Amino acid sequence: MSAVTISNVGKTFNSGKPNEVQALSGIDLDIAAGEFVSLIGPSGCGKSTLLRLVAHLLEPTTGNVTVNGKSAAQARLDQDYGMAFQQAGLFEWRTVRKNIELPLELKGWDKARRRERAEEMLALVQLPEFGDHYPWQLSGGMQQRIAIARALAAHPQLLLMDEPFGALDEMSREYMQGELLRICAETKTTVLFVTHSIPEAVYLSQRVVVMSPRPGRITKIVDVGLTGPRSEDTRNAESFFRAITAVREGLRGMHAEHVAMGMDDR
Amino acid sequence: MISRVARRTWPPLAFGAAFLGFWEWAVRFFELKPYFLTAPTVIWRQFVDGFGLVRGAATVSGTNALVGLVAGTILGIAMSFALSRWRLLDRIITPLAIALNAVPIFVLVAVLNNMYSITSEIPRRIMVALVVYFIVLVNVARGLTQVSSTHVELMRSYAASDVSVLLKVRVPNAVPFLFTALKVAAPAAVITAFVSEYFGGSQNGLGSRIASNIANSKNAAAWSYVLGACLLGLLFYSISVLLENVVRRGGGRQ
Amino acid sequence: MSLPFGRIVRRTATFIAAVAVVAVIWETYKFVGPTDGGSILGVRVLPRTADFAMPHVWEMFQRFGRPEVRGRDGTVFAAVAAGAWYSFRLAAVGFVLGGVVGVGLSVVMARFDVVRRGLLPYLVVSQTVPLIALAPLVVSWGGRLEIGSFTWPRWLSASVLGAFLAFFPVAVGTLRGLAAAPPAALELMQSYAASWWRTLLTLRFPTAVPYMVPAFRLAASSAVIGVVVAEISTGLKGGIGRLIIEYAREATGDPAKVYTAIFGAAALGLTMAGIVAVTDTVVMRHRPKEHTA
Repeated sequence: MSAVTISNVGKTFNSGKPNEVQALSGIDLDIAAGEFVSLIGPSGCGKSTLLRLVAHLLEPTTGNVTVNGKSAAQARLDQDYGMAFQQAGLFEWRTVRKNIELPLELKGWDKARRRERAEEMLALVQLPEFGDHYPWQLSGGMQQRIAIARALAAHPQLLLMDEPFGALDEMSREYMQGELLRICAETKTTVLFVTHSIPEAVYLSQRVVVMSPRPGRITKIVDVGLTGPRSEDTRNAESFFRAITAVREGLRGMHAEHVAMGMDDR
Repeated sequence: MISRVARRTWPPLAFGAAFLGFWEWAVRFFELKPYFLTAPTVIWRQFVDGFGLVRGAATVSGTNALVGLVAGTILGIAMSFALSRWRLLDRIITPLAIALNAVPIFVLVAVLNNMYSITSEIPRRIMVALVVYFIVLVNVARGLTQVSSTHVELMRSYAASDVSVLLKVRVPNAVPFLFTALKVAAPAAVITAFVSEYFGGSQNGLGSRIASNIANSKNAAAWSYVLGACLLGLLFYSISVLLENVVRRGGGRQ
Repeated sequence: MSLPFGRIVRRTATFIAAVAVVAVIWETYKFVGPTDGGSILGVRVLPRTADFAMPHVWEMFQRFGRPEVRGRDGTVFAAVAAGAWYSFRLAAVGFVLGGVVGVGLSVVMARFDVVRRGLLPYLVVSQTVPLIALAPLVVSWGGRLEIGSFTWPRWLSASVLGAFLAFFPVAVGTLRGLAAAPPAALELMQSYAASWWRTLLTLRFPTAVPYMVPAFRLAASSAVIGVVVAEISTGLKGGIGRLIIEYAREATGDPAKVYTAIFGAAALGLTMAGIVAVTDTVVMRHRPKEHTA
């Protein structure tokens, strides 16, 4: 059974009004359990919208989203996924530990269990000494690791990420990519990842979904086809560059003006 | 177009009407004694009938407020230039001004009255000026000193003199702060003007009229003076908002 | 994070320095100014400098130690302290009352958009309108208004007035804070399928705290002002306002006494402000420090 099934999904904002915009149209996508899939495309192609449809933060205008065999709505109520955004979004008035415990509090876990789980997650993201610190005392990369720890705290099978490393510098970014893969391998989580960066998408994913705007639709799905676990050598491998080229061609295959908008080879 | 305005303004209008309606009904239904609450219709009647008196009292209080407002603003602006120039002064005076915010300084009218003749309006005007002075001082000084460091660095790269920096960067930066201050100071001036009347001295202003009417159980009359006071406060506030809009239209920072 | 003692000491030192400067200016003017007052450009703005109008600064302090009424026991200090304490209690009641109502109303306004749109304009306007004008009216309820077996005590009017003035800034400030939660955080709470009330407690209130701090500061001084004006406009017995008026009447014979009461009123205001400031520091101790220019 696929972890996520998106069938014939469309989303229109402000329908009937003068500022009506069709953000997505005819999206079909199946994501297998444990798979890492990236969404990439120029601004306005609907990738963040699609992510939010899976999260049931928005409702589709047409079509259907199922997560773990349930409707997206039920999956949200059952807390089957965790989310991470570009801004780590930690609560500045809570310690790092209490930030991780937030979803567990809302699920009604008791204090001891929450505490234990928070310790586990801190160890997982390799920041065990920082439990009693406050978010503003941590660097951007460390905050983002805590945000990931929070997203995974309640054992979700699905991780939804919206450009989580976008605010980091290049070195931190590459480091975080490696960390994310390590963590997901350990927890065997399915990941749907939105990004602007071609190398990031290729490095992290099994498949890269290339999208185009107006209306948002899937242009091409690139099978990255890199075997084995990733390492630093992967970034220099031939197959890596071949996959990057395939994705870039998928993006260039669109109308030339879309390429000018916000694509980079970082 | 009209429906859009209506959609935006109906809640406050509805709440206002409901409040007045309930007030009127409650007074009648519960037969509330006038010393507790007077019905809005009675207040309005009294206000309209006695408008000349209310206007007279409002003029007295309003003039005091206006004189104090102008004097306090001018002095406040002048002093703020001194504060921006000599930071030591700033470090001493600004904390004092902020501490004075917490203190009911209008009680100083009691001593001001003793320094002048019994019929003088000067003590009240000085009181208003003092209250306004501190409000304007703190805000305008902040506007003159809290300029973007990028702008200052730029001016320095032009080898601009201190006066030049003052006129071209600090003063334009301070203008919105001045209007923020005025929007607080104008109502404060009205309040201080008539609260000052409770300390004795001439009894022609709104404050003393309200108190004396209550003392004589003429509640409807007192309420009509209260209405007058509220209108005066609104007037002062509106003028400061208007002034701000007039100056803003001539360009400047949003 | 301990209290910033260094900063407190420095602030107190500059405050004392500022007061000293004022005292020096006072005495200087007394020394050089016209005894009977004077005019600038024809307007009689210069005050009289005779001792009955402007006593010496040290006389004001001396007066604290001497008896309040000639021949009777009880120093002025005791009388002023008692008056200030009385008014402080009234202001505290008003502050708490106004704070509770203000926060409660802001939650209702945050929950129900219609209520917010309907009431917020009035709340904003009320801060520009001299509602304190109602003081004599509210105080006149004292002793006359009866609800069941409860007769309205006069002191309650002063507290109610203080509460009335305090509640507006609290309501406006708290509402602004409740609305200030970042959209990403709200989305996060939505992804947790958290109810509105849960979101209020876990996200909106903590976000609102930095906005409530200046609001409560303003509320504290407003409560004091409300109480003192209520006392002054009707001579409410027991409070510092009444003392100021009484002493002012005796000023021709005893000029320094009224200043003692004024110092008492100042102490009252500063104490309220100090308590609120300490609470602020405690509540905000774990938050990142904002840099002021």
